[in-house]
Amino acid sequence: MSKLASAIVWTIVALAGAGALAWLALSRGETINAAWLLTAAVCSYLVAYRFYSKLIAAKVFALDANRATPAEVLNDGRDFVPTNRWIVFGHHFAAIAGPGPLVGPTLAAQFGFLPGAIWIIIGVVLGGAVQDFVILASSVRRNGKTLGQMAREEIGPVGGFTALIAVLGIMVVLIAVLGLVVVKALQSSPWGTVTIGLTIPIAMVMGVYLRWIRPGRVLEASAIGLVLLVVALYAGRAVAENATLAPTFTLSGVTLAIAVMIYGYAASVLPVWLLLAPRDYLSAFVKIGVVVALAVGIVFVLPPLNMPALTQFTDGTGPVFAGKVFPFAFITIACGAVSGFHALIASGTTPKLLERETDARMVGYGGMLIESLVAIMALIAACVLTPGVYFAINAPASAIGTTAASAAAAVQHWGFTLDPAEMTQLAQQVGEKSLLSRTGGAPSLAVGMAHLFSRALGGSSAMALWYHFAIMFEALFILTTLDAGTRVGRFMLQDVGKHVWAPLGKVSWYPAVLITSAIFVAMWGHFLYQGVIDPLGGINSLWPLFGISNQLLAAVALCVGTTVIIKMGRARYAPVTLVPLAWLVIVTMTAGWAKIFSADPKLGFLSHASVLRAAAAAGTLPAGVTSAGDALRMAFNDYLDAAVAAFFMVSVVVILADSIREWAAVLRGRKPATSTEVPFQARVAVAGD
Amino acid sequence: MRSAMRWALRAADVVRRVIGVPDYEGYLAHMRERHPGCVPLSRERFLSERLQAKYERPGSRCC
Repeated sequence: MSKLASAIVWTIVALAGAGALAWLALSRGETINAAWLLTAAVCSYLVAYRFYSKLIAAKVFALDANRATPAEVLNDGRDFVPTNRWIVFGHHFAAIAGPGPLVGPTLAAQFGFLPGAIWIIIGVVLGGAVQDFVILASSVRRNGKTLGQMAREEIGPVGGFTALIAVLGIMVVLIAVLGLVVVKALQSSPWGTVTIGLTIPIAMVMGVYLRWIRPGRVLEASAIGLVLLVVALYAGRAVAENATLAPTFTLSGVTLAIAVMIYGYAASVLPVWLLLAPRDYLSAFVKIGVVVALAVGIVFVLPPLNMPALTQFTDGTGPVFAGKVFPFAFITIACGAVSGFHALIASGTTPKLLERETDARMVGYGGMLIESLVAIMALIAACVLTPGVYFAINAPASAIGTTAASAAAAVQHWGFTLDPAEMTQLAQQVGEKSLLSRTGGAPSLAVGMAHLFSRALGGSSAMALWYHFAIMFEALFILTTLDAGTRVGRFMLQDVGKHVWAPLGKVSWYPAVLITSAIFVAMWGHFLYQGVIDPLGGINSLWPLFGISNQLLAAVALCVGTTVIIKMGRARYAPVTLVPLAWLVIVTMTAGWAKIFSADPKLGFLSHASVLRAAAAAGTLPAGVTSAGDALRMAFNDYLDAAVAAFFMVSVVVILADSIREWAAVLRGRKPATSTEVPFQARVAVAGD
Repeated sequence: MRSAMRWALRAADVVRRVIGVPDYEGYLAHMRERHPGCVPLSRERFLSERLQAKYERPGSRCC
């Protein structure tokens, strides 16, 4: 009977999900409520978790609750600690959740809500969650080895080395693009600048408190920090309303970019306890709090989606970023659907904590489903704006001009409606001078969130506070990735650098720390600076590069996963990782090719460079470029971007070829299908089980 | 009242572990149980060693 009941319940869930998806996909013309999108997503996740992740757990890995995990066998009270699965789940989610799933869907909303929604749901179920789960399970079976180690041991030294260098390249692009999102959000916004600026001394106060006043009392320090964050929010408003102070904190993009670089450098060379650790604690609280608040806000308000299902920009003429819906929707939404970066975490801290290997299903697959739900919520928050407002905020000045009237004219030309007075009034409501061309995704997401939150709580008079609260939260989030990433990048550089000059590798030798930090900051700083001065907005070229690099890392992870599955003698289940791998390779290669070679100068780096060079030679400079020297420098940056994209593409090919060679050797019987798993060891039941 | 207090302490412990605060008490318990002969690190040394380790590798943070 209970079997029958369960069959009935799951049939209903599956039908509800399929029905909601069909409704989303088929209805045209009328406005759709966000409830349909939420239902489609949640029901798909439930069915996928219940059936597909169970299949992977049982058939592919045969996860065994009685098999000892590295946390038990290698328990050292430090890295390896058997931990309750709910705590591991929370810890893993807090580590994988970053700004990626918020910004990506916001940008991809230029195609309408449908392409983003479909890719977020299908991509996570068949790709992203599978990747996280497979890598986590593989790492747990190998004493918590990292992705790099597994790539070297499973695929070979060539694949392993390529993976290592690729990770460094990805870090550079990732940090640059995240820095750009912060700069674009704070540019000419004294309120935002002051609030975010104050989070740095707040973190230091917490650090000092934790070091000397009440050592180790993290919750106390965090409570103080959270109260101070609210103070910083109001202080920002006071400065913005003060006629003498406001201009001092109204900063240009270049000034902010330099400030972000100095901050990243400081985080890399200062002791961890002073800045990084306290910021991280604060960010974790804010992160989890806002994700919950966003969910409550959406469920409470159930807003209509004002963006159409599809816009005409699927043809590649969109102002937010260039490129057609295929492959660029899949590149733009990296983290909410498939994120290669998660493979680093699923083979980092998490596998060393699992109490039972069966917990990998909930933590790996389940954790990624929740991340995907965050992406769906970000998509909803972007689509509650009317298309007119959305494009006025996200299109660069070269497309919509610099006044509300010119923006309204451009938006009307695209077939949407925008009242110039509405734009001015909205800017006033959120306490900003202007919302036009605030590219990067963060401001439009913040407007969407402020819209939702103020409808749930506080009315329109609270819009400004909610907007800056959202900006603060996004920037806090991003800067926490940026500072920790710079420090990690410095360590990776020291690791590589010691082969060039041995003393560079000494992590406790201050000159080496200062030099490698400066080199790493200069690497991402160059891309950040180039993005800030780019008249097309920078995001236009940098975000696709980031997407390509992140999907490349996912391809590496899925190559490792496929190799693991084949070597376990379960080649018939290899499609579990092969299908998403094939899709990602198609997507990254098509997108990379288009970014380098497309004849459309808006899309292709090389053709853009030729246009600039021709313009410089002829003396007819395009809008926003002030001198021939600038044009030539921009052309150089185009070549650099093209080289970076080519590097990522070559890396994919190398790793894939190396993997296929290995698979063929095993499948043809030239190499024995021996798994590198550590041998089975029975779990010893511990007290409290 | 006492059970409410205990519940609050447990909740605080869960929050600390989720946001990744190093668990010194757990480490001490582990040392007592598994390596009774060894002298454990002091709280200060343990905390700073854990924090250093956390920010040296890419496995602890994401986009």
